[in-house]
Parts: sequence; C-alpha cells; structure tokens
Amino acid sequence: MNTGKSHTMYPSTSGTSVVGLVYDGGVMLAADSLGSYGSLARFRDVKRLFKVTDKAALACSGDIADYQFIREVIEQKVRDDVCGGYTRELNAGALHCWLTRVLYNRRSRFDPLWLECVVAGYKDDEPFLGYVDKIGTAFEAKEVATGFGLHFAVPMIREAREKKQNLSCDEARKLLTECLKVLYYRDCRAHFKYQLADITPEGVTIHDDLNLKKETNWEVANYISGYE
Amino acid sequence: MALEMMMSGPDYMRDPRKHQFSPYANNGGTSVAIAGDDFVMIASDTRLSRGFNIFSREQDKVFPLTPKTMMASSGCWADVLTLNKVLQARLTMYSHEHHDMMSTTAVAQLLSTMLYWRRFFPYYVSNILAGIDEEGKGVVYHYDPVGHMEKLTFSATGESVSQIQPLLDNQIGGLNMLGVKPPTMTKDLARQLIHDAFVSAAERDINTGDGIIIHTITKDGKTEETVKLRRD
Repeated sequence: MNTGKSHTMYPSTSGTSVVGLVYDGGVMLAADSLGSYGSLARFRDVKRLFKVTDKAALACSGDIADYQFIREVIEQKVRDDVCGGYTRELNAGALHCWLTRVLYNRRSRFDPLWLECVVAGYKDDEPFLGYVDKIGTAFEAKEVATGFGLHFAVPMIREAREKKQNLSCDEARKLLTECLKVLYYRDCRAHFKYQLADITPEGVTIHDDLNLKKETNWEVANYISGYE
Repeated sequence: MALEMMMSGPDYMRDPRKHQFSPYANNGGTSVAIAGDDFVMIASDTRLSRGFNIFSREQDKVFPLTPKTMMASSGCWADVLTLNKVLQARLTMYSHEHHDMMSTTAVAQLLSTMLYWRRFFPYYVSNILAGIDEEGKGVVYHYDPVGHMEKLTFSATGESVSQIQPLLDNQIGGLNMLGVKPPTMTKDLARQLIHDAFVSAAERDINTGDGIIIHTITKDGKTEETVKLRRD
C-alpha cells in the first residue's frame, strides 16, 4: 500500500514482559529495565513502569519510544485534571478504558502504538488490573502478563492461586520475583534489573533499581555442552 | 487474510525477522441463542484467548442492550469492545430522543447497518442478537461480520459454530431425521441443549471452555445462570 506516508509497522527499541497480580489488599506490578535493540541489549536502565496518580500505575512492553510518548500524554492529562480542579483523580479503570480507545484508534489508522500495557490500581475502592494491546484488545483479570510473561508467569500465578486463593502482600511479592527470575533465566530479552510497583488503597509505591542477580544461580550452565 | 496480502504481498516475500502489523486478532469464543414462544435464551462461553494463551477464564461475551435485547459477540475482541461501545451510544441517543427504549427489531436493523458501514474495514465480529419482539415472542438474529442479517429461532456463532449448529439443526429443527416432528421449545429443553452443545464444543475446541453464562429474557425481565466447563 503506497499512501506516500509510511508508518512504523514494527518496534525498534523494545521492552520485554510485564507481570502483574492482584493480592489481598492491593495490586502489584513488575517490569525489568532493559531496552533491547533487536538481539542487542542496548539500554540497561530504561524505566517502563510509572505512577499515574495515587490510584493507578502503568507498565508497558513493546516499543519504548511509543511508551515514552504515551507517558507524556498521560502525564499532561493528569496535570490538566489537577489544574481543572477535578476532585476525582484518574483511576485505573478510567485510564484502562481511555487507553483502549487511544490504541484502537491508532490501529484503525494503521499507525499503531506498538505496546502491550498493564494498568494496575484501584477503581471505586476495588483493586483493578487490566491489559490493553496495540490493536485495542482489553480485559481485566486477577493476573496479567505480557510477552513471554504470558507463557511463563501467568501459569505460575494461576498455580499458586489454585493452592491458596488469597495471596498476602509478602506472598505476592515473593511470587512476582519468582516469575521475574524464571523470565530472566529463559527469556533472552529479559534483564536482572527491575522495577516493582505496589498499589494499595493508601497509594502507589514504586521500588526502583531492584536486582535479581543475587537470587539467580547459573552454576548448571557449565554442565551444558554439545553446543560449542 | 486478504487485507494483509494486499498490503504486503504473499507471506513468503516478507522478512521473517520483522514483525508484521495486523489490525485483527482472533480471540475465540462461542455463542448460542434459542428462542421460544415467550422467552429467548442467549449464552456464551467465558474464555478469552489468543492462540495458545488464555487471557481470561471469566469474560462474559453477552452484552445487555435494552431491557428486552441482548447481543453475543465473538471474534476480534478489540472490535467486539468497540462495536459494543458505539452501539450502546446509539441506543442511548435513541432513548434520549424518543423517551423510549428501541424495539428489538429496530436494534436488529441498526446492528446490521452499523456492520455494513464498515464494509471495507470490517469489524471482525460474529454476532447473535436475541430479544423479545413487539408481540412478546422470542426472536434470534444472526449476522455475518459485514452486516448480512437473518431472523431465526435458534443459532450458534463463533469459534465452535461448525460443531454446535448441526446439533441444533438436528435437535431443534428436526433436520436429517425421518418422521420426526420438531419439538416445542421450553426453557428446560433450551437450557439442556445449550449445556450439551457447549460441553461437546469445549471437548474439541481449544478456544471454547472455562464456563458458560446463560441469559434468559422474558417479558418480565432477565435472569442469568453460570455453568462450569472444562478448563484445559
């Protein structure tokens, strides 16, 4: 199709999985901080998780540039809401709904924002965790992941929930770190540095510069042979 | 898909290392509707998937439109959400203008028109609309993604249509049997058929499963029932 104008139809610098889960008393969200350029681990400290308001946090995988663009738009929206004197700040449900419309519109114009987003937070005092992708597929669930996380993290969380329905804050944190560890072991585009957001009715806490390196063990790597 | 071929040539010409953008996805889902003399039942499974991934095990795909109509949609979930949102807005505008709810027949025609409006960039959605008409009878409308509409008394759509539709044709339509009169539809029979149809579909189709939500509409209002399905 030659329209005289060409749109980005594939990502360049991209981030891999995001994992999120709802636990008893809040929502947790985690993403590593690697910006891959194809198979090159190009940027090792790109933040792709941010606090939107006291009631919402957003993390994206996919094109980092598109993420940074949408972050700017959302941050301006939040500033407009504050300056406009709106008493109810943008909650996670509203953000998720808005993001779905924006991404669907862009895909319909064949100029997609190459993203898979996870929105975490609160909607009317109820914990909220939702997913939206570049074509506008959106849903809510108790556990959500993007990219490789869909294959590795989601089954781990669902299995944990089958053993114990409600997870405590500590259990959730432990489970999420375990998921990231598995992803770091198996996903070539994953990294040991990560960010984690904990959203409770009190607000959003973001833990930056967390590290998985001490928890991983690569000793068995020496026993793998036959691929030289 | 024809649209993709038109844009980028055949797939063997594409760079295998690069991502190709497609505006559509198949998120599975199956719906069934059966009408009776004074009721209509509309049901869908609750699995939302893409490829081998299960996104959600509890996604209802039947949407309430008016007190007397409901729509079940499946296919590309992004389009399902959008179509539903636009349709809801149109119904609200109508009710504000006319101080009345739109009739089932009018909703049915509106849906067809809205689908055809996007004829050359279609909503990739299979719809069934179920409701109570002006005479108080149960009716079912079946659509294709570009707006072809057919009024029926029973129908299946979505991922498992090829498994369920022949079953309904046989059990409700009395087709392919000699000397058998089609049964009079009751709520019990409809519920039983819907249950059996989904159980068999979930057995064979990986994109159908987890659960069924069965909605019943009568002149007195709506009720719903949830039934479990296999989750593997």
